[in-house]
Amino acid sequence: MIEVENLSFTYPAGIEALKDISVTIPEGDFVAIMGENGAGKTTLIKHFNGILKPDTGRICVDGIDTKTASVAELSRTIGLVFQNPDHQLFSETVEEEIAFGLKNFGFQEEEIPKRIDWALNLLNLTQYQKTSPFLLSGGERKRVALATVLAWNPKTLVIDEPTIGQDFRQKERLRHFFNELHDQGRTVIFVTHDVEFVADCNPRVILMYKGQILSDGPAKQILTNHEITSKASVLLPQIAQLFHQLIDFGLPREVIAVQEAKGLIEELLKRGDVREGL
Amino acid sequence: MKVFEGLQFRHVSSPIHRLDPRTKFIISCVIFIQAFLFTEFLYLIILFFAQLPLVVFARIQKQWARSLRGGLMLILLIFFTNLIVGVVSNDFQLTSESLTYSTSMSLRFVVLMTSFSIFFLTTSPDDLGLALEQSHIPYEFCFAFTTAVRFVPVLAREAQTIMDAQKSRGLELEKGGFMKRIRNYIPILIPLIVSAIRRSLELAEAMETRAFGAKKQRTSLHALKIERRDIITLVLCFTILALTIYTRIYIPIPIISIPIPTISIPIPQI
Repeated sequence: MIEVENLSFTYPAGIEALKDISVTIPEGDFVAIMGENGAGKTTLIKHFNGILKPDTGRICVDGIDTKTASVAELSRTIGLVFQNPDHQLFSETVEEEIAFGLKNFGFQEEEIPKRIDWALNLLNLTQYQKTSPFLLSGGERKRVALATVLAWNPKTLVIDEPTIGQDFRQKERLRHFFNELHDQGRTVIFVTHDVEFVADCNPRVILMYKGQILSDGPAKQILTNHEITSKASVLLPQIAQLFHQLIDFGLPREVIAVQEAKGLIEELLKRGDVREGL
Repeated sequence: MKVFEGLQFRHVSSPIHRLDPRTKFIISCVIFIQAFLFTEFLYLIILFFAQLPLVVFARIQKQWARSLRGGLMLILLIFFTNLIVGVVSNDFQLTSESLTYSTSMSLRFVVLMTSFSIFFLTTSPDDLGLALEQSHIPYEFCFAFTTAVRFVPVLAREAQTIMDAQKSRGLELEKGGFMKRIRNYIPILIPLIVSAIRRSLELAEAMETRAFGAKKQRTSLHALKIERRDIITLVLCFTILALTIYTRIYIPIPIISIPIPTISIPIPQI
């Protein structure tokens, strides 16, 4: 459980990144943090594991104030994956890269290979076990970075821009995988600009705007509200756009999932009064 | 990282900013030479106070103070190294002379830092490159130099992000013995170096696509010109330099010491 109370943060250069933010993320929640560039998304998640400490206000992770704990201690429960994998890869092989975090957190020697295999398999990286991470493509490096954090199985996973550089198939895998973690009762928080991905995942959405939380609620509710999304420079998902234009047919507004949309349209077609609407 | 803040150019309009970069370079050199000509406390303190008006005049006092604060560790290191050497070589007695000498040495460092700050804070990297170019240094070198200067803050920021990323993977920089602590920096240095190399290759490609080096003879939009104010400043600088050298050779400088009684430091008998 992450509790943020009246958090404000200003960077040393004088940029006021977060203004009086209060939000609670209970255990097992599935959250997408969205908003335009410079809205404070990354700054907020960097507070979750104590990399940044609040100027005013406080953050408690499972009841522990982040000001009183080190980043390494907090990271055991809050696994944070940075946006750019190049900021963390340094080992000779992918396998060693994953082992690094496990060793830091004091896992047993015999348990380490098992966890490496598990994480590699999960992210479809098994064939690169002995490859240098520097030889991989951008998208693959991104997955290695994710694997390094997943390996120690943190209770809460925080990921900055997971879908960058991933093709459709990998995105689908990622989505299934997020759902799986969520089903296991883990908390998953991700920052993204990818509305379609969010529409597919259907999480709770926290929309940020200029260092404040503009809106907070289910994806279905937030990503179908044209007024607030456009303020935060977020485009509506295509399904939502379509349903906005089909409002005259008596269709509901709050639709983002493809399957649901299909059902509703089929129903409409069966009713047979489509022509009158035109 | 704070030390570098004292070297980061910011656009302010001041009489010092408007001087030709070459003139500013000479000013810094003259201060530099003076600081190295003298070890006397009196002279260094005068030199220090003589620089303050320049700092205020250029409106860089905030950044300058910040870089001094960042360099505090080094200043203290210089002070205590000199003091300890002074005490040990003097039968374990803390004398007024050795205290004065260590203070002078730290003061010399502050003077040097200040002269660097004045130069780098008031000279934009572009002007610096232009000055090099007009001094007939091949353009490739000038470009490499200005690029290096410009990327210092970028690298500093990147180093910070890398440190954060590795800490999030459980790395504790302050843990372990001396050797372990040095090894702790490997996960930070490798990504930093790799991304610097990657960036430089990308930069080279980007430059080539924009026809870098297509023409041998380059022209620039802004040409540097030595103005009247530069000439006045330069004349002043050289006069001061000549006077200092004269003073160094012919005039003994009164010795001012920090008055403290000689203190004997008891050596533990083994």
